[in-house]
Amino acid sequence: MTTDTAVRDFHPRAHAALNNPQIRANFRKAMDGLMSKRQQAFEGWALDTLREQGAKARLRALAKLPELLEQLETQLTANGIQVHWAESPDEACRIIREICEARGAKSVIKGKSMVSEEMHLNAYLEAHGIEALESDLGEYIVQMAEETPSHIIMPAIHKNTGEISELMHHKTGTQRSQDVEYLTASARQQLREKFMRADVGLSGVNFAVAETGTLCLVENEGNGRMTTTVPPCHIAVTGIEKVVEKLEDITPLLALLPRSATGQHITTYVNMISGPRQPEERDGPEAVHLVLLDNGRSDIYQDDELLDTLRCIRCGACMNHCPVYTRVGGHTYGTTYPGPIGKILMPHLIGLDEGRHLPSASSLCGACGEVCPVKIPIPKLLVRLRREAVDGDQLHPSQMSGHGVKRQRFEVMIWQSWAWLNQHPRLYRLATRITTRLRKLQPHRLGAWTRYRTAPRLAPKTLHEQMSERQRGKPLAEVKR
Amino acid sequence: MTARQRILQKLRERRGGPLKAPAADLAIVSERDWQPEEKLALFTQMIESVQGEVHRVDRTHWCDELASLLAQRHIQQLLIPRQHTVGQQIRDAADQAYSAWPRLRHYDQTIEQWQPELFHEVDAAITSTRGAIAETGSLILWPTQDEPRLASLVPPLHIAVLEADQVYATFHEAITTQQWANGMPTNALLISGPSKTADIEQTLAYGVHGPKALLVLILESSAPDASYKDNIQ
Ligand code: SF4
Repeated sequence: MTTDTAVRDFHPRAHAALNNPQIRANFRKAMDGLMSKRQQAFEGWALDTLREQGAKARLRALAKLPELLEQLETQLTANGIQVHWAESPDEACRIIREICEARGAKSVIKGKSMVSEEMHLNAYLEAHGIEALESDLGEYIVQMAEETPSHIIMPAIHKNTGEISELMHHKTGTQRSQDVEYLTASARQQLREKFMRADVGLSGVNFAVAETGTLCLVENEGNGRMTTTVPPCHIAVTGIEKVVEKLEDITPLLALLPRSATGQHITTYVNMISGPRQPEERDGPEAVHLVLLDNGRSDIYQDDELLDTLRCIRCGACMNHCPVYTRVGGHTYGTTYPGPIGKILMPHLIGLDEGRHLPSASSLCGACGEVCPVKIPIPKLLVRLRREAVDGDQLHPSQMSGHGVKRQRFEVMIWQSWAWLNQHPRLYRLATRITTRLRKLQPHRLGAWTRYRTAPRLAPKTLHEQMSERQRGKPLAEVKR
Repeated sequence: MTARQRILQKLRERRGGPLKAPAADLAIVSERDWQPEEKLALFTQMIESVQGEVHRVDRTHWCDELASLLAQRHIQQLLIPRQHTVGQQIRDAADQAYSAWPRLRHYDQTIEQWQPELFHEVDAAITSTRGAIAETGSLILWPTQDEPRLASLVPPLHIAVLEADQVYATFHEAITTQQWANGMPTNALLISGPSKTADIEQTLAYGVHGPKALLVLILESSAPDASYKDNIQ
């Protein structure tokens, strides 16, 4: 499934997922585990203070974003890393293809990179005759299954061991087995051969430090280190918001990211890259490139409220704690980034028109905002995007491109009449009085609202009537349903 | 205009106007009040919780300890640094030993010249460290020409040598004390345990791409031996 085009089909997919007990069980089990591990990992921490500092470190970077991007470029260039800028995913894909072609590269091995998913890089490279192979175990599995990741940290979380064993058996000839160690060891062997032969290694970036010109990558498997060390050329891709000012700034973020993501105190590897192989060195890539991708981020940057979206460090905690995500799974969203972060980010990347269902696919329970390590007020942003979609506030005119896509004449008419009525007290009283008298005629079905709920019933008398009766000493009329 | 100019201009001409940068207060990730022995104990506890194996050894005979650990694991080929004291001491010990040592190898060539051997034949590598972090159970490595990047990644067993008095409380303390911001190496690493994955149904499996096992030898001494310490910086 290549997705972004099918975002509109959210509802049918959600129903299909809700009716699939296997998917629901896989996600439920995984999310329960992740939530409790996260909680344990923060035991003994003044979590709110830590999150505050995480948010501030990100905000410090955003406040000086253009200057820091320039500083990053200067430092990286001085260190021997080439920097490229791309406004769109297509442009980023083209830059990467040109680097590959200039080296005569035929094969690219990849570490985990959500930005490369955002660019649909694999399909692009394959179409241009360059093999692109995922090496993160979860991504490897998802690529074999010709699917997309269903979670930003654990791409293959929607599959259980049996399904993975069957898949590996069909695609690589591995024996069927429930033994995870055996399956992992098989993948290790298959991928090591690929690492030895790959022409280019492609990775994402977790933090780019402007002060020192350093690319930081966190990971557990070691495939990120292999990707950035074994092939003769390393290309890193990242969004323009990933920069931080000082090396010191990564300390609160590094304390938050793995604990929020998987409940680990730290990942197995923190890989800090500040340059290609030097003449006296014996390994490492001889060329290192960084591709900085905008893709809608500079639009988000314009708005004081939406700006918070750019603080995200892609930990996935918001999806792990989301009751909607847990029930419908990652693929239902049809977007590169699923779950709460996807709902506030994707509308900027694919347009509010295409992503119109995303901000509404939430119960606004608030769990995402409570766990977010950089304190992104996700529920508030969801409401903002809903408002943008219907142009729902005259005092705060919509700002996003594509705003108003969900505005409906009929709905607007109802709200306008309601507003008008509220400004005319006599008519208001009359109208509510008539309505209560006609309560028998009230329909039982009220569109989407009553699909899973019973309709609220009108009271037999208006509040005004009831209050004046009470003042006259009459007991309140019992409300009949 | 180039993409670069357009992006930067758009960021500069921000509709909402300039933003204020909040000040940092990193006490929460830096202020710890731990004694050396506490730090050692915490480091050990943390790295063991992620499958690292820790041995505290006396520096006068750490190579004997190493020899027996290697023998237990039937290691055939051990990659050692050529210049660093760790390598020198192992070579000396192996020369004098009556019992068998694995074949000692050095990373003398570029990776291109011996990639198949490193990937298929070397089954353990030993490296020095630039210290460790107690709070997270992490080793600090700055690969060098003598101890290149892949030494701690490709062989199935990685053995790291750590000086007992080089354990920092936090990552913040390590980078400020060692003044990392003044000059980063081409590659700096924190390593916390052997390589692992939980990508198959949340089940932990070790050694997915990197080492399957990580041994940490913590060198201690009642009377500090200057010769090793001079070299570790
Ligand atoms: S929005 Fe917050 S919780 Fe969600 S992925 Fe980003 S940083 Fe993590």
